[in-house]
Amino acid sequence: MTTTKTREPAQGGPVAPSGRGGISQSVNDSLIVAKRNLIRMLRIPEIVIFGLIQPIMFVVLFSYVFGGSIIVGGTASAAEYREFLMAGIFAQTVTFATAGAGAGIAEDMHKGLIDRFRSLPMSRGAVLTGRTLADAVQTALTLVVLAVVALLVGWRAHEGFLKMLAGFGLLLLLGYAFTWIGALIGLTVRTPEAATSGGLIWLFPLTFVSVAFVPSENMPNFLATIAQWNPFSATVQAARELFGNLPPNYVAPDAWPMQNPVLASVLYSLLIIVVFRTLAVRKYRRAAA
Amino acid sequence: MPGAIYAEGLVKNFGDVRALDGVDLDVPEGTVLGLLGPNGAGKTTTVRVLTTLLTPDQGKASVAGIDVLRHPNEVRRRIGLSGQFAAVDEYLTGRENLQMVGQLYQLKAKDARRRADELLERFNLADAADRTAKTYSGGMRRRLDLAAALVVSPPVMFMDEPTTGLDPRNRQALWEVIQELVAGGTTLLLTTQYLEEADHLADDICVVDHGRVIARGTSDQLKAQTGGERVEVVVRERERIGTAEELLRAHAVDGGEVAVEQHTRRLTVPVAGGAKLLAEVIRDLDGRGIEIDDIGLRRPTLDDVFISLTGHAAEEDTADGDDEDGGQSENSENSENSKKKAGAAAKAGKK
Repeated sequence: MTTTKTREPAQGGPVAPSGRGGISQSVNDSLIVAKRNLIRMLRIPEIVIFGLIQPIMFVVLFSYVFGGSIIVGGTASAAEYREFLMAGIFAQTVTFATAGAGAGIAEDMHKGLIDRFRSLPMSRGAVLTGRTLADAVQTALTLVVLAVVALLVGWRAHEGFLKMLAGFGLLLLLGYAFTWIGALIGLTVRTPEAATSGGLIWLFPLTFVSVAFVPSENMPNFLATIAQWNPFSATVQAARELFGNLPPNYVAPDAWPMQNPVLASVLYSLLIIVVFRTLAVRKYRRAAA
Repeated sequence: MPGAIYAEGLVKNFGDVRALDGVDLDVPEGTVLGLLGPNGAGKTTTVRVLTTLLTPDQGKASVAGIDVLRHPNEVRRRIGLSGQFAAVDEYLTGRENLQMVGQLYQLKAKDARRRADELLERFNLADAADRTAKTYSGGMRRRLDLAAALVVSPPVMFMDEPTTGLDPRNRQALWEVIQELVAGGTTLLLTTQYLEEADHLADDICVVDHGRVIARGTSDQLKAQTGGERVEVVVRERERIGTAEELLRAHAVDGGEVAVEQHTRRLTVPVAGGAKLLAEVIRDLDGRGIEIDDIGLRRPTLDDVFISLTGHAAEEDTADGDDEDGGQSENSENSENSKKKAGAAAKAGKK
């Protein structure tokens, strides 16, 4: 105890111990908040269920509507397009967690919970870290369900179990990084509705101007360049490589992230986490509900 | 030696809006200060500064003897905050809410659980402990919110409009809880727009308007400052109002006017002389054969105090504060604005 004065507790209740401080308190507080958010997810299963419908629809629609028309690796084979497509859908799905994180945090602001948390002697980043961790758990569950659906429509990972896990690990990391963007949006817009739309709108250009759904070679030059350097593309490409989903005569574009997608994916995701976590935590500290 | 809550020259601007314009407070340990004022007066902003949620532009503050600006986390260990709307997670049960808050106050899981049970019992929520807060009534949510603020028995409590939006029965119940709490030695700062509430709960009252404390003292002192007793008469027959008015004018304190409300047949006159004078008035009315429905000696209420201090009634601009959220009242009409401005100001500050 570093403090000078401890009074008798007024109501016979406990006195708040001085926190352990540092990383251990930070981890502990984050886990408490994560637990709270996971309980909420269990009690509002609609959110998880609706979160699954859209990617499943995309798997089916893209596989059967576009498959056969889109030329990948020199052939327009529906089966090959399905293989190629899945990593893209997985990646798009994990980034959609952004909207959930944003809406959740905006709702906490709106309802005065952020004020309560900020008046407690807890670690400053814990409310946001707890939220993003809970979202990561939800994203992981979503990926499992989606992988099963993908298997049903004929998708396979060809490079063994470990590489497959590594692929999903990169996807999860990307999703986690994006929830920090969502957290910042949630703290900025203040209403859950705005956070949901604000969290989604920019994801469409981001995920479509990429190598997720079609190869970049057929895009106009400047779009192709954006697509190849898009952080989102790096993870898609990395997952494809780790799943063995690139068509046999596919030639990767010359852009560095496309040549080294696994490394690029890790670097991009870490960069997003560092930048947006810093901004979001700073915003949280001065948040006003 | 400064009191348990101390503030000196607090100033806070949100863009062009000066929310706090030099607020000074000094609340002795174990007492209740009522911060009384209309919407937008600066009550909530003051609470937010004292509870470490907002950094003032100028001024200093301490809570439980600890500097709010320099050691915010030490302050947080010693305060409980119950805000304008019940800040509970509605998808968690009552018990889960309290356990979570306890653990975030850094109690061990076991202690947090035990304390949650105690509080649920004490706040009459034991039967609802395992239901989600979503199913609670407004009064129950307020009680849960208050319980959350008391998880560590903080020596200093802040309650921002604790009864806004509650029905009279729940308000009464909450008052009892607050009185019990104060009897236990807690120092309390309470904001309210209800004059009756400040009168009922607070030892001292600070009247705030436009970010300044415009008057302070006990409820009796403030009333004495405003001065003036009045006699109020309701006559039975409308046609006798004129006669009654004439008669009352003779009893008015120097220069006092008789106020007449035709439709309620009510006449009010400022007087001096208390009960003795009241008896005289009754005799006079009787002598003239004027029948009356009601008569009384009225001492000034805090409402009168407020009107005489600010020139407007305390609750006149709260019409939109009574929304279904239970009144996120203060600043509700300009909060969006001031937030945006606050954001802009923060950005400008960074450059």
